[in-house]
Amino acid sequence: MEEKVKEIIQRYSGDKSYLVPILQDVQKEFNYLPKDALYAVSTHLSVPVSRVYEVVTFYKAFSLKPKGRYQLSLCMGTACHVRGGELIARNVADTLGIKEGDTTADLEFSFETVGCLGACALGPILVVNGEYHGHMNIAKSTKILKKLGKKGATDDEQD
Amino acid sequence: MMSKIKSFDELKSVQERLKAGRDPKKPCITVCVGTGCLAYGTQKLVDSFREELAKRDLTGRIDFRTSGCHGFCERGPMVVISPEKVFYQRVGLMDAGEIIDKTVLKGEIIDRLLYVDPQTGEKYVHEDDVPFYKKQTRLVFGLNSKVDPQSMEDYLAIGGYSALGKALTTMKPEEIIQEVIKANLRGRGGGGFPAGWKWDETRKAKGEPKYIVCNADEGDPGAYMDRSLTEGNPHLVLEGMIIGAYAIGSSQGYIYVRNEYPLAVKNIHIAMRQAREAGLLGENILGTGFSFDLKINRGGGAFVCGESSALFASLEGRAGEPRAKYIHATDKGLYDKPTNLNNVETWANVPFIIERGADWYASIGTAGSKGTKIFSLVGKINNTGLVEVPMGTTLREIVFDIGGGIPEGRKFKAIQTGGPSGGCIPEKYLDMRVDFDELTKIGSMMGSGGMIVMDERNCMVDMARYFTNFLVSESCGKCVPCREGIRRMRDILVDITEGKGREEDVDLLEKMASSIVDGSLCALGSSAPNPVLSTIRYFRDEYMAHIKEKRCPAGVCKDLITYSVDPEKCTGCTLCAKVCPTGAASGERKKVHAIDPTKCTKCGACRESCKFEAIIVR
Ligand SMILES: Cc1cc2nc3c(=O)[nH]c(=O)nc-3n(C[C@H](O)[C@H](O)[C@H](O)COP(=O)(O)O)c2cc1C
Ligand code: SF4
Ligand code: SF4
Ligand code: SF4
Ligand code: FES
Ligand code: FES
Repeated sequence: MEEKVKEIIQRYSGDKSYLVPILQDVQKEFNYLPKDALYAVSTHLSVPVSRVYEVVTFYKAFSLKPKGRYQLSLCMGTACHVRGGELIARNVADTLGIKEGDTTADLEFSFETVGCLGACALGPILVVNGEYHGHMNIAKSTKILKKLGKKGATDDEQD
Repeated sequence: MMSKIKSFDELKSVQERLKAGRDPKKPCITVCVGTGCLAYGTQKLVDSFREELAKRDLTGRIDFRTSGCHGFCERGPMVVISPEKVFYQRVGLMDAGEIIDKTVLKGEIIDRLLYVDPQTGEKYVHEDDVPFYKKQTRLVFGLNSKVDPQSMEDYLAIGGYSALGKALTTMKPEEIIQEVIKANLRGRGGGGFPAGWKWDETRKAKGEPKYIVCNADEGDPGAYMDRSLTEGNPHLVLEGMIIGAYAIGSSQGYIYVRNEYPLAVKNIHIAMRQAREAGLLGENILGTGFSFDLKINRGGGAFVCGESSALFASLEGRAGEPRAKYIHATDKGLYDKPTNLNNVETWANVPFIIERGADWYASIGTAGSKGTKIFSLVGKINNTGLVEVPMGTTLREIVFDIGGGIPEGRKFKAIQTGGPSGGCIPEKYLDMRVDFDELTKIGSMMGSGGMIVMDERNCMVDMARYFTNFLVSESCGKCVPCREGIRRMRDILVDITEGKGREEDVDLLEKMASSIVDGSLCALGSSAPNPVLSTIRYFRDEYMAHIKEKRCPAGVCKDLITYSVDPEKCTGCTLCAKVCPTGAASGERKKVHAIDPTKCTKCGACRESCKFEAIIVR
């Protein structure tokens, strides 16, 4: 892990002002920000670990907890909200049995809501591991979850 | 790779050469690959066009280009065929071969791909005739469809960087600033502050180096024009910045883009590299001795980081908390050096002012607001997309003539402008001319240009709650009135939407608003009450219906509504019973269905599925 962190810091020539992008890249690498990685960033970038934590906890995009195998983001930008995003959010959260922003205990699903994704014409939008699903509605979101649940299930999770 | 261009004359000859190498009569297929169109799966269509062209051995004979957003995202995937500019929309991902064979090679029009105006039923063949485009003035944004954002040659071939050449070789920095002041270019990122004055202050400030910064954070959760400009025409933004740097006397600039915009980050990176290779960025630009370079920084996705002092903190690698502004950023901004921050669209306007002159620019728009503005027209509107109109265009023209009105024949209720800092505007102001000052007068603001259209099924109390809730999570927490006050306002609004509101709450909200405005350090806090105040001002009845009658007239607030079936309209299709997760909706095939209110969780699935509008929500 330390080697990987060093390499990422190298990309930015060890410039402290790139702390945020460096952490973004670290998170991309490990899917969240493990404690050891934060210490490694602190050591190799010569930034106090308290500063690293301050930054990590300030920006919402950072996660100190592991994320699920399927990462679902529902757009809750204004345009998607007025087209009924909230009902879809409720459906996804209820179906997964978690609150928005959380990950299921089996680390299969993470669910979060985000601001405008720049594709309002297709709103509401659900993004599954980077793939956009437009004109989302309650029924479609249920269908997508079912499909993923089946694929992702290891044993008896089929409905 | 392009070799270094060493003078303005050489730039002109490069442009000429590129232009001459392009036969305007040669057919060119342009496919939009902006974020909206990509979300429809357009990449497949692009690959298929390349394949089909190669298969027919046409690769060199027919030009093929991918471009940034054309604005009409509602109708993607989108293909335009030049020189006639035949406009195909909602193109199927397998349609490439047919388009080449029929339209490009034989000039036949494929009827099913044409745009049909949903209101009049009229069909349109050419892009410029489509009403959505026809009534716009696409000065800045229109270039998007003419260039591949990853090709500097495209940009040079349409005369790109001429303004930079002119500025560097024929104008003194002070003259440029005077030109921008005369054009009365006002900041497009929110406040509408005159850009020229800011440039002037930064130029005159003591301290070296001086920085210029481009704000591409676009935190407004319902707007995407900055993204589409950065993504679709990065060289235009760069050109504006380099001119600004020369005028201000800056040698180092930054572009602050949100991390959620990966394509914008990528395209601007490519553009910067190309510009450096061509000698338009970096040391000794165009051989004039002027040097300026740029760095790009990805934001962490916090709304408050769009605020200038928070943005600088974030650029320095710290948490993005605003600072008190006893001293202007133009004196002490980034790293405590004189800094000039402008929005993406502001920078993108600069080349036009330099190229065509302040007088020409100032002839567009209203007395106090010049030029055009790009709006993100979204929500309950037929033609969702990005529209660019001269300042002073009426809301009615934007919503009905360009936007094509409200879908499904529903009624217009309000339009929200200015994002979380703005307000909701009711129908009676539809004929208002949109500019910085008019919007402020009626309790909203221009903001970055979000325009969210709402119909009778949107609840205004819910909208106020939505924005306030957004701001609760985005407040940086430094000032108590902002941190606690907005939270309390949100709680009161939640109470009202849950039927627990008290009559005195509306007054209380108004009172709290004024203390939040007074006690907040930055504009996030001081403008936070706007969505609440404007909805109270124009939709007090709706608040009262929630509070006194425990009723949500729009049928949105969950605790105040019940779902039932309209026996007149129900055909007994059984769909609602199928989708209902709780078994509340039930009935026999071909008989009127019913909803058991004790089982109903108000999830909305039945209403969404019913094709006969038979589900009543009251
Ligand atoms: C909370 C908050 C968020 C803001 N977000 C943005 C933004 O996303 N983009 C932007 O250009 N300006 C934003 N602004 C306005 C900037 O502070 C600043 O005024 C602007 O970037 C200056 O550029 P302009 O004069 O060209 O508009 C925001 C302001 C506040 C208070
Ligand atoms: S007004 Fe709100 S967002 Fe702005 S500095 Fe104060 S607490 Fe932070
Ligand atoms: S979906 Fe609509 S029409 Fe069909 S049974 Fe339900 S209420 Fe009746
Ligand atoms: S709102 Fe949901 S729970 Fe209620 S009847 Fe309709 S589908 Fe069933
Ligand atoms: S608001 Fe959801 S994509 Fe813009
Ligand atoms: S992304 Fe294609 S038109 Fe907007």
